Amino acid sequence: MTRSDLVVVGAGPAGMAAAAQAAELGLSVTVLDEQACAGGQIYRDVDRVVPLRGDILGADYVHGTTLTAALRRAAISHVTGAVVWAIEDAFRISYTREGRGVQIEADRILLATGALERSMPLPGWTLPGVMTAGAGQILLKQSGVLARNAVLVGSGPLLYLIAAQMLRAGTPPKAMIETQSRGDLIGATRHIGGALRGASYLVKGLRMLASIIRAGVPRHTGVTDIAVEGTDKAEAVTFQSGRRSHRITCDTVFLHHGVVPNTQAARSLGVTHSWNTAQQCFVPQLDDWGQSDRAGVFIAGDGAGIGGAKAAEHAGTLAALQIACEAGRLSREERDRRAAAPRAGLAHELAARPFLDAAYPPYAPALLPDDSTPICRCEEVTAGDIRSYAKLGCIGPNQTKAFGRAGMGPCQGRYCGLSVTALLADATGRTPDETGYYRIRPPLKPVTLGELAGMNITAPDTAEKEKAHD
Amino acid sequence: MKTASPFLELDNEPRVNVVFDGNALSLPEGANLAAALMAAGVNVFRHTPVSGAPRGPFCMMGACFDCLVEIDGTTKQACMTVVTDGLEITRAHRDGALT
Amino acid sequence: METDYAIIGGGIVGLSVAWGLLRRGRTVTVLDGDDGSFRASRGNFGLVWVQSKGMNQPRYASWSQQSAAIWADFANEVAGNTGQPIPLEQNGGYDLHFSEETLEATVAKYEKLKAQLGGNYPYEVLGHNALRKEEPHIGPKVVGAILHHQDGHANPLKLLKALAADVRRMGGHVLVGKTVTDVSKPDGFHITCADGTIVTSGKVVLSAGLGAAQLGPKMGFKAPVRPQRGQVLITEKLPKMINRPSLIARQVDEGGIQIGATNEEVGLDDKVTQTGLSGLAAEAIAAYPALARAQLVRSWGALRVLSPDGLPIYQQSTEMPGAFLVTCHSGITLAAAHARLLPEWLEGTDAAPDLEVFSEDRFSVS
Repeated sequence: MTRSDLVVVGAGPAGMAAAAQAAELGLSVTVLDEQACAGGQIYRDVDRVVPLRGDILGADYVHGTTLTAALRRAAISHVTGAVVWAIEDAFRISYTREGRGVQIEADRILLATGALERSMPLPGWTLPGVMTAGAGQILLKQSGVLARNAVLVGSGPLLYLIAAQMLRAGTPPKAMIETQSRGDLIGATRHIGGALRGASYLVKGLRMLASIIRAGVPRHTGVTDIAVEGTDKAEAVTFQSGRRSHRITCDTVFLHHGVVPNTQAARSLGVTHSWNTAQQCFVPQLDDWGQSDRAGVFIAGDGAGIGGAKAAEHAGTLAALQIACEAGRLSREERDRRAAAPRAGLAHELAARPFLDAAYPPYAPALLPDDSTPICRCEEVTAGDIRSYAKLGCIGPNQTKAFGRAGMGPCQGRYCGLSVTALLADATGRTPDETGYYRIRPPLKPVTLGELAGMNITAPDTAEKEKAHD
Repeated sequence: MKTASPFLELDNEPRVNVVFDGNALSLPEGANLAAALMAAGVNVFRHTPVSGAPRGPFCMMGACFDCLVEIDGTTKQACMTVVTDGLEITRAHRDGALT
Repeated sequence: METDYAIIGGGIVGLSVAWGLLRRGRTVTVLDGDDGSFRASRGNFGLVWVQSKGMNQPRYASWSQQSAAIWADFANEVAGNTGQPIPLEQNGGYDLHFSEETLEATVAKYEKLKAQLGGNYPYEVLGHNALRKEEPHIGPKVVGAILHHQDGHANPLKLLKALAADVRRMGGHVLVGKTVTDVSKPDGFHITCADGTIVTSGKVVLSAGLGAAQLGPKMGFKAPVRPQRGQVLITEKLPKMINRPSLIARQVDEGGIQIGATNEEVGLDDKVTQTGLSGLAAEAIAAYPALARAQLVRSWGALRVLSPDGLPIYQQSTEMPGAFLVTCHSGITLAAAHARLLPEWLEGTDAAPDLEVFSEDRFSVS
């Protein structure tokens, strides 16, 4: 079994920055990442794609090449196509790569597993052709594939970014169906101080919005009663805006109302999480170096709480400084000296967050959907099912999982977990923290039994099977 | 099949032949399989084992497992699979897999 | 008294007993734990199983047989009451063997038990070829199997949910999120919970699984139960490929192949381990080679509730008459007996089953 001082899970901005910093300070570093190329979702395939369409994707995307360049350092082993499915205590990481199970040991581990799109369950959201806005971006970045006849639904800056990119590529969205209201924007102005400190984001946002308006893309705001129609695939989106009912035909629907931390790996390690009301999601409890309450487990980037790509980069650097300090490669004084710049950068990046969170809140009907709307895509469990299990005494998500299978499918609850917590908290009158979350266990991603068995070191002991297990 | 595609492809990579659910398709070599199938006009990747509902790619980042297809008897995420020449793809466990 | 019976523990055992008492017209309050409690009711393997039980105590074998025999009727009644189906198949089950020696040794033990049971132990030995006719996916390493016709399997989670619904429908009070901290008997029983809740009852049933180890001694029980970890795997949903269940694998009604289970003495640690998963996967593939290509989607560790000899404990407290300890490893198999037969024993009727061998007296020399 190989061994590294530090294993980083995820080669997005946090993971890449942390790996580069830790390697520079003399640690042996292995980066495990599922994708074939470094970059994470935000800089997906950046090295290959920048020459092809860097102009469409913009300068923020092109910036990713500085991180991938730093990752190509001798002391960093970047393992691509590595699907991590178990992390056991202090620390043995199991992953599959090219159909084989592999293990690596590490003294410390940095989880840089990024974000997931906040689930947006609404009628028709499981139809083919309905995707996350992030999926739309990945299609464009990695594959150069653009939806010709798409509508964007939801709220938030990413919606404008993808619209602007679609415009530049010559396939403008058919309409923007936006859920945030004028009231949200007015309410958000109390955070304007922070927003002004992070003014570059607002300027960029306004510029994108202006280009969308200039291109004549129809915008509907303060929208409610959103549903996707179709039988075998998405055919139209219906909604209310003002007092009018609308129906817009389309082939593709991109949904977005924010992103949330991907906490699966951290939870599998027993890291304590708590509810963040402003971001309407669970975040891991960390100190200001990204150290969790589990010794040796660090978390950086959007997986630690949503801050965006630049914030992730700074947080990754900070975590690596503390990891190097703990490993005896760096004095505390030197750690603090080197931390000054990334810490200031992080504060700058996070300044606009409270404004953005308030101005583009999640679409409320998708947080507590109608009874008939499926919230667990894998096992097809509806919001009404969860409410009925609450009536049968379920007070937590592991009980509803046993009663109705929400969270049992291959996605391991990634897209239903927060919905179930919210629905149960609403039904029982308890807080999300009291309600809790799924107990996450290996495999973090499915693994074939053959791959598992290939790692078996002991012959099956059939004599031990005498006791019935019912 | 291509003309029915709701997607525009910017790149012009060399194409290879694959079979999806019995239909011959010509897809860009080395491309993301989920993206390539969608660009080739495939909407429905599978039907769920629970209700038989149609599904296609949703997240494109390996998290949602809606783009499952079957290759060599094993279910795989199309969005985490690369297009190679001669790939034979079936709808997941449609005709009784593992036989 | 606010209730005839307080039931401490709202898992399969507690709910089965509560259901049976409610059906007899008793008032019942169930005190259930929280979302994170150790719950064998949601971690078990779902077998309704007879073979290999009670090899050293024929009464345990016959108690399991009694329960298996009335299981379908019990499940149908609960399902009918609630409109919630409880999938059950009782077409027999296998003990698969990878060597002639273990097969023959097991048959010898079964023959002895069969004689003790007066011949009521309907099993047959299938050689590899005969087994392959029944199970086309069986692998070449399996030399044969013991097919026991009283074995079967159920969906234990649907049983749990249906019982939770039916107990409420029959007027049972179920208090959730409760941790019982003390039980006293000034006159009737006072059951105190960590949050200050107090329930008073005429009788009390302690069916708290591993929780009985702490509460039992306060109520005059030895309650010598210990945890034993079982790791369990389940694959993606697959087309039908396994007909009958075995101790190694079964195909659940939703389609997944469930694979079990380790037997580990690791205290209250219910984690899964790579070594545990890999060992189970290797054994399952040895039995059914096609499983090598199946995706594992979930695994879990659950804690068996074991007495020193593995048998159930049914005991009335001598210190606190009216308090009963009900604990077992096989809560699914015994659910029907606990619902239909055990209430007679709790009520002390003439129809009470003979449970003498399951008393705590057997642990007196320790």
